[in-house]
Amino acid sequence: MTSPQAAAVSEREQRILGIIETARGKRAKFRDSHVNMAHGAGGKATQGMIEGLFVPAFGGEALEAMGDAGAVEVDGVELAMTTDSFVVKPLRFPGGSIGDLAVNGTVNDLAMAGARPLALTLSLVLEEGLPADELRAEVEAIAAAAREAEVEIVAGDTKVVERGHADGMYVCTTGIGRRDPRGQLSPAALEPGDRILLSGTIGEHGTAIMLARGEFELDAPIESDTRSLWPAVDAMLDAAGPHLRCLRDATRGGVASVLNELARASGVAMIVREASVPVHPAVAGASEILGIDPMYVANEGKLVAFVAPEVADDALAALRSVAGCEQATEIGEVRTEPPGMVLVETSFGGKRVMDQLVGDPLPRIC
Amino acid sequence: MKFVDEFRDAELGRAVAGEILASVEPGRHYKVMEVCGGHTHSIYKYGVDDLLPANVELVHGPGCPVCVIPMGRVDDGIAVAREPGVIFTCFGDMMRVPGSEGSLLEAKARGADIRMVYSPLDALRIAKANPERQVVFFAIGFETTAPSTALTLKRAKAEGVANFSVMCSHVTIVPPLRALLDSPDLRLDGFIGPGHVCTVVGARPFDFIPADYDRPVVIAGFEPLDILQAIQMILRQLDDDRCEVENQYKRVVPHEGNQRALEVMAEVFELRPHFEWRGLGFISHSGLKLSDAYADWDAELRFSVPGVRVADPKACQCGEVLKGVIKPWECKVFGTACTPERPIGTCMVSSEGACAAYYNFGRFAREREVV
Repeated sequence: MTSPQAAAVSEREQRILGIIETARGKRAKFRDSHVNMAHGAGGKATQGMIEGLFVPAFGGEALEAMGDAGAVEVDGVELAMTTDSFVVKPLRFPGGSIGDLAVNGTVNDLAMAGARPLALTLSLVLEEGLPADELRAEVEAIAAAAREAEVEIVAGDTKVVERGHADGMYVCTTGIGRRDPRGQLSPAALEPGDRILLSGTIGEHGTAIMLARGEFELDAPIESDTRSLWPAVDAMLDAAGPHLRCLRDATRGGVASVLNELARASGVAMIVREASVPVHPAVAGASEILGIDPMYVANEGKLVAFVAPEVADDALAALRSVAGCEQATEIGEVRTEPPGMVLVETSFGGKRVMDQLVGDPLPRIC
Repeated sequence: MKFVDEFRDAELGRAVAGEILASVEPGRHYKVMEVCGGHTHSIYKYGVDDLLPANVELVHGPGCPVCVIPMGRVDDGIAVAREPGVIFTCFGDMMRVPGSEGSLLEAKARGADIRMVYSPLDALRIAKANPERQVVFFAIGFETTAPSTALTLKRAKAEGVANFSVMCSHVTIVPPLRALLDSPDLRLDGFIGPGHVCTVVGARPFDFIPADYDRPVVIAGFEPLDILQAIQMILRQLDDDRCEVENQYKRVVPHEGNQRALEVMAEVFELRPHFEWRGLGFISHSGLKLSDAYADWDAELRFSVPGVRVADPKACQCGEVLKGVIKPWECKVFGTACTPERPIGTCMVSSEGACAAYYNFGRFAREREVV
């Protein structure tokens, strides 16, 4: 039997939980007086800026869908469009350079919308004093990556800014692609029971960049995983067709951010088995030393796919047949409760919540 | 990873968890405090609490070094960072801690030159590379980080780096624990001792807890098996009616601590008469300042530090939450005036603080089972 006092207490707890639920369910607001680095980190602050400032200002159905690329229909032809800016220090790093990222990043945003990439535009902001050889090397990297991804650069623009700005160079690419009729992808399409596939080892790009900056006096054989993901999407569309529910490339904010975003968008829960998430031993070691969780570290050539359970094995086999995705694996599944939350079954056996990132993944002191 | 994976073995974890479940008295509720923020982090990361019986409750202690820095101190740091020509350096997780008018991260966005460093030596390096600038290191943390600040200051003095100074906000762990234990309404049965602090200070400073307050202490390592074993050792002491300081982390913690580190600290620091803790108020002899021999490197003497005092709102009940007297949701401001976006007390500042964790995951913690 419950005492009246205990009942009152639990009623109050319920009421407080209700207040929190309402607050969390509200669209994020943009309240900050100045832009800070957290607004660019892909976590809660970024979300507040997008949902609280951009979406209300620009409205529109395509934007509201919050996909990696927006949908545009021209005379019955379904197109996807997207744009991305690249600001990375250093310009070249093990496994790639800003030029590779600028092509693959935009190509991948199109691919995640289920669109075959067709063409890109290229905008360069160059810093006064940038050695011509560095510019030449990046132009060649862009050309090579575009050939590899089978997209054409069809237009471009160049601006030069005074020394001290633009870290050598900033690159912006805009891409257009044709939606593939085999798929019906949507961030809101997830259903309980869907399987979560991951296309390979995580955390390589972010770790390679951190180490290349030379701030840690750490050295490890880690290379960025930058690559076009269209071949992987093409193979999965063949294997799973309309049963492929949603795709995301796990860039800024890592796999954890992608899962949280989609759990919210679809109003579902997810459970991830930590032990099945592949991590390169050198990345695991560097993360351990720096106090960073690889689930939150950026990738530039890894995708997360949600597929209906009946085609999960076929989709996984198709994914593994693609170069660069040999280590693809099933890492978890979609559940109903608690909606909007991502839970992890840790390799130690306990369960915990894998939350959205609040700011940059900063090293901890304690 | 060799020597790490062994302490994360799921099978061993299940075995220890099973032994804990078999040993607890069904009708009894056990409250164990992990003092150190590093333990709290491991408990979350590995889901250690999920493996414990429902009647063994972990209470997160005051040992998160960034969360206990009061708003006024953050405001002071921002004031120094805004001085012309200053490069202000601090640890990454300090950047997000809110002052009364925003965090260091926000001050950086408004133009202050604030840089994240991984060690005080990095700050000294920046000072040497920028001799025309004043470089200030915002030193925070318990006895774990204090020796590295002390060594850096010794080097700055030896090398005569005049444009370097330290804003010392180091704290010590024993006074806040004593303050908690002195409280008549304390509801804690035992303590998981802070392994990293103990590598410096040793086990002896914790003898007062069993001697004066009849509570067991087990100094523990930071891997999930370390923590489970420490909990088991505490429960065993309670079961045997024993009460002592035990060392589960013998592979790292010597009983006498690290004499060399203690000597360096004694040379460079002295105790402040009082230091303010976020949510806990002023605690006597709990903070460190630079000794007279290092006054030339004391940022508080070099710059005009406003000495801002921002009172914690009266309604904040962090102290009660830390003592285990109330649950986070029973605090008057929880979830209304105090949220993770706009935290008031120490328990809400870090995502691992008791209140922030309850705010974010409370519903999950209540239901536990995923359908």
